[in-house]
Amino acid sequence: MADKHQHDEVVCQGFVELATDYLEGALPEDRRDLVEEHLVVCDSCKTYLEQIEATVEALPGAGRDEPVPDDTRAALLSAFREWRTER
Amino acid sequence: MVQTTTAENTLLTALRNGDEAAFVELVERYHGPLRRLARSLGATDSVAEEIVQETWLGALRGLDGFEERSSLKTWLFRILTYQARDRAAREKRSVPFSSLARGGEAGDDAGSVVDPDRFQGEDGCWPEHWATPPRPWSQPHVRLAAMEAREQIRNALTTLPPRQQLVVALRDADGLTSAEVCDILEISEANQRVLLHRGRAAIRNVLEEYIDG
Repeated sequence: MADKHQHDEVVCQGFVELATDYLEGALPEDRRDLVEEHLVVCDSCKTYLEQIEATVEALPGAGRDEPVPDDTRAALLSAFREWRTER
Repeated sequence: MVQTTTAENTLLTALRNGDEAAFVELVERYHGPLRRLARSLGATDSVAEEIVQETWLGALRGLDGFEERSSLKTWLFRILTYQARDRAAREKRSVPFSSLARGGEAGDDAGSVVDPDRFQGEDGCWPEHWATPPRPWSQPHVRLAAMEAREQIRNALTTLPPRQQLVVALRDADGLTSAEVCDILEISEANQRVLLHRGRAAIRNVLEEYIDG
């Protein structure tokens, strides 16, 4: 993006576009340092980052799966037995 | 490339030997996550269940040819994306899957993830700094766990552009690693991050409107 500060400073509008690369640990060291320097002075960007993290945590996680339906399990087992005899 | 873990390796060997318990364990482990992915791809509950069943049958048919160049897990997820795509093609639906591996789609990498009007322009005191900053969410864990918020999140996820939807579903809903997601979708790490970035930001925007609105 056209960011005139690209090389020496990260400011808010540029920060929001770097948030995922930052969280993923994908930024080169110098860029990461600039991001962290910005987060120290900018509460709004810190808030933005926290909201991204809260969003990720709120997405329906594993462990809330319904069990495998009994008829599905039965159907899969019989398919497995068939597969085993046919190979 | 994601390698098969030792535990998976043991399961795989047992499965190749026709061990029924190993098959049941695999089904118990991955049926739910596979079904969730099928749903994230827009399948109804009953269609998702069918697609996952087809995935298991496809896996059994392909087992002897599985060369372990990816982990068993990513191999299963990839079979599911193929099954879902084939099914959509058969039903002649206009579908996300055609754009899965190649090319982008509208909204994948164009524009900003936050409305540019929320930042100060060149004539502001602090160009590119927030003009309308996000307001902190009080007790986000409590508020986002509420039924209504969960509904908002689900809707936001299912209305994302398909490739973003897939990546967010796999990473954040199914908890797969970026390497696994790249392996399943056959995309680069950088491409995966762009899709994840845009998808997460879009869902945050929806939640912000829900919480502030």
